[in-house]
Amino acid sequence: MISATDLRLTFGKGTPLENPALRGMSLTVNQGEFVTVIGSNGAGKSTFLNALAGETLVDSGTIVVDNVNVTKLPTHKRAGRVARVFQDPLAGTCEGLSIEENLSLAIKRGQFRGLGTAVKKQYMDKFRESLSSLNLGLENRLGDKMGLLSGGQRQAVSLLMASLTPSAILLLDEHTAALDPKTAAFVLELTTKIINEQKLTALMVTHSMKQALEVGTRTVMLHQGQVVFDIAGKDREGLEVKDLLELFEKQRGLTVDDDSLLLG
Amino acid sequence: MLSEIAFYGAVETGLIYGLVAFGIYLSFRVLDFPDLTVDGSFPLGAAVAAVLIMEGWNPWLATGSAVLAGMAAGAVTAILNVKLNILNLLASILTMIALYSINLRVMGRPNIALLGEETVLTPWYSLDIAYHQVPVLLFAIVIIVALILLWRFMKSETGLAMRATGANARMARAQGIATGAMIILGVAVSNGLVGLAGALFAQSQGAADVTMGVGVIVIGLASLIGGEAVITPSTVVRALIACVVGAIIYRLAIAFALNADFLGLQAQDLNLITAVLVTLAIVLPGVRTSLVNKLTRKKA
Repeated sequence: MISATDLRLTFGKGTPLENPALRGMSLTVNQGEFVTVIGSNGAGKSTFLNALAGETLVDSGTIVVDNVNVTKLPTHKRAGRVARVFQDPLAGTCEGLSIEENLSLAIKRGQFRGLGTAVKKQYMDKFRESLSSLNLGLENRLGDKMGLLSGGQRQAVSLLMASLTPSAILLLDEHTAALDPKTAAFVLELTTKIINEQKLTALMVTHSMKQALEVGTRTVMLHQGQVVFDIAGKDREGLEVKDLLELFEKQRGLTVDDDSLLLG
Repeated sequence: MLSEIAFYGAVETGLIYGLVAFGIYLSFRVLDFPDLTVDGSFPLGAAVAAVLIMEGWNPWLATGSAVLAGMAAGAVTAILNVKLNILNLLASILTMIALYSINLRVMGRPNIALLGEETVLTPWYSLDIAYHQVPVLLFAIVIIVALILLWRFMKSETGLAMRATGANARMARAQGIATGAMIILGVAVSNGLVGLAGALFAQSQGAADVTMGVGVIVIGLASLIGGEAVITPSTVVRALIACVVGAIIYRLAIAFALNADFLGLQAQDLNLITAVLVTLAIVLPGVRTSLVNKLTRKKA
């Protein structure tokens, strides 16, 4: 379980460019939930995810992951509890290292690293098995450099790396946005498959309302650094993009003017 | 042409600079940390070893202490960068400048002669090989041991974490790697190797001098880049071998250039030759690729 309470964060405090990114954001994600997060540009989606991961520390508020207060912990000390896939397909893996080296890095996420050999023989069966589930033929290319793979393949491997070891929550930061439509669909399908099979708790930020309703068990919309609505279960079933927009306008008395939200 | 003694001399110095190239590979290539501390940690290693040998220490213990001193210098640079957020290049320049004073303090004077003292080389001279081959043999053993240890380290969990830190720090943090600690460890080990090189250099040359570090970074880089031009560094072990090969080729090229009378070069032209060699090493691989492309294009 992960719970964020009254998170506040202002970038460039005291400067003309002062930008309050989070203004009292609160959200609790229960074990096994798959939450999709939407919001227009500047709504605070990425900042919220970075705050959960530890990349940016909040000015005030608390973040509790599995009953541990992690608010002040840096990224690497949270990594055992928080797994992550980035938007940039090149960011989640090291292109200069081989596929097996990347996976070996991930299998020790959040654990002590000693002087023993990093790429162990006993990992190989597990690596081959998980790679073959991608149907990309990567199970026979364990020694290949990551840089030889396409963006979509690398994002698929990033996803696999994030799920190799258990975590309290999996953060997905618009991880299909930089891919072509066909590859994006493949990666999204893979995402739901992994999350369902391993019963992961996940938080997926997306730019597309359609995607936000199609996958997951709960949808949260952010606006100006706060949660404007939060729907799950029966209320969410059968909901369409136009219903979401109506809901948003009713709640805020605003109209959505961000085309990309409508088109996505 | 090169005399036999000049040849072995070049190989001997090349082997020592191979250790420097290891250090520079670790900082520049693995960690992507441009570290100029080496210009100070090389004479620091020499100074520490020379002073301790004069005090009557066992030469190997003195050499080990030089390694530790080099590591401490590297750690200072990395801490300035990681903890105090000083730009890496500037942090290393600060340490390098500070080390000039420290080296003078360590030695108590600008240079120390080790003539007649027992060094790591002394017992080896009783072997039944030519006098000028002794340092080559010993330093070859040292560098092979260093290469194997470094290679094993790079393949370890910590070593892999260090490589990830240099290649993609954000990803490394997300995997739970303390990237700051990795940078401190890596730059420390890098300068420990350079300190070792300095200690061995002082013992083979018979003196430590406060100015002997000037340009070590350029020679190390020349060895690294030159080696990479000859041996593609596609794996860690190839990259390490490239460092040694590059350093030896560099010293041989310098020796040939200085010995070739028709070129009319003299010792004071050393730095100019170094700059030309580094430029060639950077440019030539590109020329080779474009030449291959030109020659093969017609088939396509």
